[in-house]
Amino acid sequence: MTVSRRSLLLGLAVLGLYALHQDFWFRDVARPLVFGFLPIGLFYHVVLCLAITGLMWVLVRYAWPVALERAVEDAPPSDASSSVPGDRS
Amino acid sequence: MIPTLVVVAYLGVVLYIGIFAFRRPSGGGTGAEDYFLAGRSLGQTVFLLSLFGTNMTAFTILGSAGHAFSNGIVTFGLMASASALIIPVSLFLVGPRLWALGKLHGFMTPVQMFRDRWECGHIGTAIFALLAILLVPYIIIAVMGGGTALNAISGGLVPYWLGGGVVALVVMSYVFFGGMRGTALVNTFQTVLFLSFGAVAIILISGRIGGFSAAMESLLASETTAPLLTRERMPPRLFFSYMFIPLSTIVFPHISIFCLTAKKMGQFKKTVIWYPMCILAIWLPCVFLGVLANAMTDVPEIAAKLEARGALALLDPSAGAAAVAELQRIAAGDDVILRMLDHYAPVWLAGILGAGILAAVMASDSQVLALSTMFTEDVFAYYGGTQRFGERVQVLTGRLFVVLVTAVAYVIALRAPTSIFNIATQYAFSGFSAMLPIVLAALFWRGSTKWGALAVTLWTAGTVIAVAVFQAVVAPAATPIPVWTVGGLELITRTPGGTDVLGFMPVVPMTLISGLLMLVVSAVTRKPSDATITRYFLP
Repeated sequence: MTVSRRSLLLGLAVLGLYALHQDFWFRDVARPLVFGFLPIGLFYHVVLCLAITGLMWVLVRYAWPVALERAVEDAPPSDASSSVPGDRS
Repeated sequence: MIPTLVVVAYLGVVLYIGIFAFRRPSGGGTGAEDYFLAGRSLGQTVFLLSLFGTNMTAFTILGSAGHAFSNGIVTFGLMASASALIIPVSLFLVGPRLWALGKLHGFMTPVQMFRDRWECGHIGTAIFALLAILLVPYIIIAVMGGGTALNAISGGLVPYWLGGGVVALVVMSYVFFGGMRGTALVNTFQTVLFLSFGAVAIILISGRIGGFSAAMESLLASETTAPLLTRERMPPRLFFSYMFIPLSTIVFPHISIFCLTAKKMGQFKKTVIWYPMCILAIWLPCVFLGVLANAMTDVPEIAAKLEARGALALLDPSAGAAAVAELQRIAAGDDVILRMLDHYAPVWLAGILGAGILAAVMASDSQVLALSTMFTEDVFAYYGGTQRFGERVQVLTGRLFVVLVTAVAYVIALRAPTSIFNIATQYAFSGFSAMLPIVLAALFWRGSTKWGALAVTLWTAGTVIAVAVFQAVVAPAATPIPVWTVGGLELITRTPGGTDVLGFMPVVPMTLISGLLMLVVSAVTRKPSDATITRYFLP
């Protein structure tokens, strides 16, 4: 799979979770109470958090900016001062 | 008395950690980078826990439980699961790139990067001014939370003004002495404490009330409380709006500056993966307990709140703003979790749990330090202070600034008894979300310009002021008041809790128009030199 295609798929996955967050299907219902006390709408968002964790793992595993990391490691130590130049406009 | 003593002991430990960090700088340095960024040397565990703790405030425990008490389970979807998605994604996209550029070019603040990236000076100062002004309410929240928490934990023994003062003084002391290293170590300790808080509180209260099922069934059986277990009272557009609030996180100076403290870029990996779980661990118990509080009518303070809420619902629409405000004040749930612990927990455990709450309250230390870092780097150093007086004076200036900011925040906190939650969302969060296009454009768009950044800054400042003035001029009522209607369409509505624009919170149009301004203004203005752009677009 090409890098751009993988990025597209991962981007869509993030948008998919974004859409799933809007859960209008549980908007008006409290039952069933999962485990006897957790309203379904709340349980749904707990499961969503677990799914997000999984997606974050996939992002880190397959879309980490490796080239950027190498560029920093290979760079000579910074001699930049804290006063950064600018044209004062 | 015992809970108060436990909390005092906790404050002593926190102070010790901060001062210990001051005496034993593991990086060995004494310069600005060591004080403000811990020498860019934070390890994996401290980085993860401290970054998470930095983003937790009084609002996380007290505000979330209070919001859930009034609005129900919707609070979790509004704030927790929305943040669980948006914050790690923004950390993943922005954090490593920000860290890499900071490491390569020596930046200590985002404004330094903006100045260099867009070859500008005074526009950077304008961005600094706005970020600094937006950050102050966040610091005020902590002082207010400290006052509320200590007052409730001590059973009224410590008055609000003294509680807020003690918390402000402790935070100021370890930030003053320990700088970023001390702040990060304290935050790590605090994060462990308040992550444990939720589980302990849940187990304890469950045992005392004989399980949660009966309480939940009793809430479902009542017409007034059953809707709290759904989100039917929350309009879909308002629910959608809340997804824009966590966009503010990566723009908060204390978060973006904290991104520069990691020793290695790889430290973002575990932070990104574990962030949603940390949110789950802290928010789920708080929201659940906040909702559950509605069934605890045997706690007198909670019963009074429920009574005030009922009176608010039956209030005549013509009732004055003062009557509405007074009932809203009594019904506010910022302290429900403390009242529950006070009633159900053994005194010694209430003290430990109270310390857990204070841990979250005191996570404002990073904001104080960030403001000081920005002032000394973006103003003092930029306008020649370090060149003239040296780096020692720069660090001293930063420390004095910490004292000044804390004192100002304390005075304001004493005079602004508004709900913690409202202040945070309406002003600071919305403003920072609207500034996100600046960060994204600087890092990801070669064609962005300083004029685009200025347009976004002015737009954000203007809209934050406009919303504040509007809400000051148009008093809230018990029901929403349409203020500007065109052809039957309600454009702007004053709601009991804030303002709606076409049914959305102001943060939505503010952020979308910011993005549009960045695109349009950058497209028609001169780009920075190729040499500058090349330095920013690494592989």
